[in-house]
Amino acid sequence: MSAAPPVIEVRTSPHLHSGRSVNSIMRNVVYALLPLCAYSVWLFGLSALAVLAMSTACCLLTEHLICRLSGRETTVGDWSVVITGLLLGLTLPPGFPLWMVAAGSFIAVAPGKMLFGGLGFNAFNPALVGRAFLQAAFPVAITAYTPALALHRFSELIPSTLAIPLIKAGPLAGWIARVRVDTFSGATPLMLRKFDHVTTDSWTLFLGARAGSAGETSALLILLCGAYLVARKMMDWRITAAMLGGAALTASLFHLADPVRYPGPVFVLLSGGLVLGATFMATDPVASPVTPLGMWIYGALMGLITVVIRFEGGLAEGVMYAILLGNALSPLIDNVTQPRIYGARSREAAR
Amino acid sequence: MSEQPAVVSCHAPGTALAAADNPFLNGLWKQNPVFVQVLGMCPTLAITNSVRNAFAMGLATTFVLVCSNGLVSMVRKMVPKQVRIATYIAIIATSVTVVDYLVKAVSIGVYKALGAYIPLIVANCIILERAEAFAGKKAVIPSMLDGLGMGLGFAFALTCLGTVREVLGAGTFLGVPLFGHNFEPWVLFLLPPGGFISLAIWLLTFTLWRQRRASVAASRAEARRPAPALAEVRS
Repeated sequence: MSAAPPVIEVRTSPHLHSGRSVNSIMRNVVYALLPLCAYSVWLFGLSALAVLAMSTACCLLTEHLICRLSGRETTVGDWSVVITGLLLGLTLPPGFPLWMVAAGSFIAVAPGKMLFGGLGFNAFNPALVGRAFLQAAFPVAITAYTPALALHRFSELIPSTLAIPLIKAGPLAGWIARVRVDTFSGATPLMLRKFDHVTTDSWTLFLGARAGSAGETSALLILLCGAYLVARKMMDWRITAAMLGGAALTASLFHLADPVRYPGPVFVLLSGGLVLGATFMATDPVASPVTPLGMWIYGALMGLITVVIRFEGGLAEGVMYAILLGNALSPLIDNVTQPRIYGARSREAAR
Repeated sequence: MSEQPAVVSCHAPGTALAAADNPFLNGLWKQNPVFVQVLGMCPTLAITNSVRNAFAMGLATTFVLVCSNGLVSMVRKMVPKQVRIATYIAIIATSVTVVDYLVKAVSIGVYKALGAYIPLIVANCIILERAEAFAGKKAVIPSMLDGLGMGLGFAFALTCLGTVREVLGAGTFLGVPLFGHNFEPWVLFLLPPGGFISLAIWLLTFTLWRQRRASVAASRAEARRPAPALAEVRS
């Protein structure tokens, strides 16, 4: 009886596998985003649903077509492009014209992700690449916010949603005056603060019944959804904590220096898309650093940039550019925060 | 029709000369300064936000190229090798000054729109590259033809970019509205990123088209050849 010769397999690390696949993690992120989508539809009605559906469908279609064209097997099955689509939809104003959503989705997936080589190679968060394009291309449409909890929101679309491609959407003021419920206005809390010097109540911000991008309104819900991912160990809490902490610290310093001009840290944390960005976009596993120290630096830096743009820049919101800048810096941060190899000595000590 | 693969690098003068069968068509198409050589990116990205500016810039550069190539070719045997670059620059700067005054005289509007980019033609690397790679070695007439071809190729490329940027960024072509007055402008295309994006779109289009043509030509050539030769090619 001859036994089979023993086989020695030589492989590089990692040697232990948790058994998780990219598919299952991405699918769980989609589950975590679904409550946010549901809440935004409840808050803003059919238009938010249309924007989310359009962005997801266009992202899926773009990725599928590009895989087809480049002769690869389609990669839409790994759910990552669904996340891109949902995140893009959640960061847009609910009444954003659908043809612009389609253009943004194409830019997000085609140059933002597939040009780099698909999932795992994108230098920037694809959803934010799409949004940055839309922000630069259509600065008026992307700041046309509508009030939350508008009348008839489940029976009629916001008029700008169905704007004809390439044609300007009409002004929304008349429509807003017709459907608004007493105090709810179309301006986001950040815009109110920056341009009208009105500070919104913190509880409203925390619970989320306010104007804003479709998915950014409720800090509570976003944190709960993030907690689900953290509990399942599918997301690193360090980046979120560092970004929120960095923003709070910077805002406190500004607030202490001039309490009249700058709002306090609680307002800064809860307004705008900071919580959404810190939870779901800054934590993009591809575009963020991998070392724990690097994550802290990366997060804190993004928090700082966000606050500086909000307070000193011309825009009301700075989360998007902060995260894109952070993404650009993350390979550098990874490089300088490499852990010491066990047993290795520094060059000076070796001499 | 079997076509030679386009020579991409023009930094080595020898390769540039090898493909120069017809100096005029060579610059216009086969070695288009923007789409093939990717030279002169500064005006290409900065001046193409409208068709009019882009075309005017292309014409100004064409004029400089024809003058400088002709003059460089005329003096090529008198200038010692060590000081040739300085001589070329003096010649180019002279032609640029002429263009500067010409544009000012013809249209003050265009002059103001192009601004600092007219004096900056002197630093456009296409011009020095053509003087060094072509005009410094060839007779006067082919050199001027080469300058004309390269210049018109540059103007063509700039107009292509300007078209994309003006149509999307302002909804007009040469100032004529295309989509009515309610057009939603893609402001991005008038900004610097729009220049990069439209350049990328055109480079992609042209490269794809060239590759397709080259592969069609190659497959035809292979089909005509006998079998043993085909095996040699593959090895």
